[in-house]
Amino acid sequence: MPIIAATFAGLVFGAGLTISGMVNPDVVLGFLDISGTWDPALLLVMGSALAVALPGYWLLKGRKPLFAEKQLVPTRRDIDVPLILGSVIFGLGWGLAGICPGPALTMFGIRPGMAFLFVTAMSAGMMLSRFAGPWMLRINTPDCKT
Amino acid sequence: MIGLAAILLLALNGRVMGASGIWSGLIRGSDGPAWRLAFFAGALAAPVFLAAFGRPGQVQIDTPMPVFLFAGLLVGLGTAIGSGCTSGHGICGISRGSPRSIMATLAFMGCGLATVFVVRHVI
Repeated sequence: MPIIAATFAGLVFGAGLTISGMVNPDVVLGFLDISGTWDPALLLVMGSALAVALPGYWLLKGRKPLFAEKQLVPTRRDIDVPLILGSVIFGLGWGLAGICPGPALTMFGIRPGMAFLFVTAMSAGMMLSRFAGPWMLRINTPDCKT
Repeated sequence: MIGLAAILLLALNGRVMGASGIWSGLIRGSDGPAWRLAFFAGALAAPVFLAAFGRPGQVQIDTPMPVFLFAGLLVGLGTAIGSGCTSGHGICGISRGSPRSIMATLAFMGCGLATVFVVRHVI
């Protein structure tokens, strides 16, 4: 059942990214280009995703999932250097190609060749993070409540 | 739909829907590879189904190949160091009211905006 549930959630996620245009790098870069021909459509996409997820998460807080023993959610609240540094590096990559991880994987269903290249590079970056500095020891520890 | 997907994954499997975390867990061999794989199988099946119903997704890539690959590397590195991406921090983290995710979202949004500005209007 958890597998079917994950497939279904993935299907809804992928459909949302495809229909909204989030899967299209050209649209994402247009959204990030506020001083040029700014296309605010994705602001609406993110806003509506939050409008749904925010109350949903609030209602689900602390509840037992249907197909799992417990919720496995991050618990850390401190803001540290890796968090900000990593997000800045991610933002740089996102701004260069207009692709973030969710759309990169969904893109396999549209342009498999390009998706494969991007995901391979992305996976290499994820592996590289293990050697990127001594503070990585802290980052690779799952900060999840079990 | 993106918000709904996040709710489904938390309500049914008790997991946060962060694309970078679900993927990196898969390549690092974390627990539960099956549900991670299933999530992505669903995600990439979505545009295939949509195309079958006459709503094909558009993907237009104008980034030169070396930049495209470098960007992929940065996205992987950054999301691993920063423990999340647009879905994990931007949707799920903010929905949980996590101060870490709010700061991370501001950081990658700001940096993404700045990067596009430099690429399109300065260089």
